[in-house]
Amino acid sequence: MQEELFTSGRNIPNIDPSLEIWHWPISVYLFLGGLSAGLLFFAALFYMLGKEKEYPTAVKVATVIPPIALSLGLLALVYDLTHKLYTWQLYMTFRIESPMSWGAWVLLIVTPISFLWTFSYYREIYPRLEQKLQVFKKFKFLNGVEKFVQENRIYMAYALIPLTLVLGIYTGILLSAFNARPLWNNAILGPLFLVSGLSTGAASIILLAKNEAEKHLFGKIDLALIIIELALIAHMIMGFYAGSQVQLEAVQLLVGGEFTLMFFGFVVILGLIIPAALELIELRGYKVPVIVPAILVLLGGLVFRFVMVDAGQLTRFLY
Amino acid sequence: MVIDTLKCVGCSDCVVACQTENDVPIGYCRDWITETVDGSYPNLELELKSERCNHCDNAPCVRCCPTGASHIVDGGIVLVTNDECIGCGACIESCPYDARYQHPEGYVDKCTFCHHRLEKGQLPACVSVCPTKCMYFGDLDNPNSEVSQLLRNRKYKTLAPEAGTDPHVFYLT
Repeated sequence: MQEELFTSGRNIPNIDPSLEIWHWPISVYLFLGGLSAGLLFFAALFYMLGKEKEYPTAVKVATVIPPIALSLGLLALVYDLTHKLYTWQLYMTFRIESPMSWGAWVLLIVTPISFLWTFSYYREIYPRLEQKLQVFKKFKFLNGVEKFVQENRIYMAYALIPLTLVLGIYTGILLSAFNARPLWNNAILGPLFLVSGLSTGAASIILLAKNEAEKHLFGKIDLALIIIELALIAHMIMGFYAGSQVQLEAVQLLVGGEFTLMFFGFVVILGLIIPAALELIELRGYKVPVIVPAILVLLGGLVFRFVMVDAGQLTRFLY
Repeated sequence: MVIDTLKCVGCSDCVVACQTENDVPIGYCRDWITETVDGSYPNLELELKSERCNHCDNAPCVRCCPTGASHIVDGGIVLVTNDECIGCGACIESCPYDARYQHPEGYVDKCTFCHHRLEKGQLPACVSVCPTKCMYFGDLDNPNSEVSQLLRNRKYKTLAPEAGTDPHVFYLT
């Protein structure tokens, strides 16, 4: 038996007895970042494939979400910093070993592109709003900007494919790069967060889509992504069981510990297995309101981020 | 830094000296004492030691810092530049020793080995006040320094070496 205690009465806020440095804004941001990455990836991909007319939701309508989600996500990130006035220091350097530095720079590029992308379709998707606001009449220079982005959409699409993949993966690597937190420290977390982000992106396209063909296609894509995600989660759990003592202790939080209900109940069963089953039934030709699996996938993705961020901070190296 | 766990009595003088020297805000600390009881009654073993930032050679906090505020200076000491720190907390998450904290003013703070005293040729505050003289500070690159000799002649351990951080606070056992 070994017992260790602080005799100097150490009780530092947010560190003792367990770490609480990253709060809910981080989980919310990781979700919004993944969602935006997924949506922009599909928009760029289907634009490059020339399917703009066939899948208007993916390429045009749904891209209104990423600029809003990324802006909110960035606000959440800054809100959780404790030395906020120095945030600009992120952009004074690029640290190749720091996932957060990668993320900061990728966000700096992706966020404006997401605004430009939606803006280039603004007149097409919101003709009535434009009639009311008359933005293009009031600000003449916008006509030139619009023409420029519309002509260069393909280059934005080329840029978005790698950038959104980096954005999606980095949300996972941000956590997995810390070997001091054994629950996070596994190489699968990056791909897992990427697939989860793509899956939530596909789910929101299903929610917004109006034509059946598009709903059907993204139902299939989402189903495939969910299956990959389940496989990755199984691998992650197996990896923990094959790991060292600290990882065995960490996985106890998810399997038979404090976060079991949240993880297996809300993420795995409600957020992945049930939507997958519903989408499968729908693909077989039965009528299922697709809104149900889509919302379940989105909620599952959000809860997954909360579980990983909160549970990870409870795990540590014991020495 | 070398700390003799056989001489430490856990008086917390190092903790108080550090807080006074470095104006550490109340409720926080850069170093602390742990008491580890090993075994089962009646065969118990007690170990007291003073812990702090290990000034790792392979420092995860320096690697994950997005602004470069956390850095290693000549001689191997890990420092944080307050004006470059954005308070993102990545380094706190990355430290297996939980040696860093967010200062109430926002930036991240930790043990500096009293870098400002070393520059004047003085010892770190904790080392200089230790009443049992259980702490030693010196240059590990110099084979004739007191710390190098202690590590040659005594058994020692480091904390969580399996974390791969290459810590530079050594505990004589």
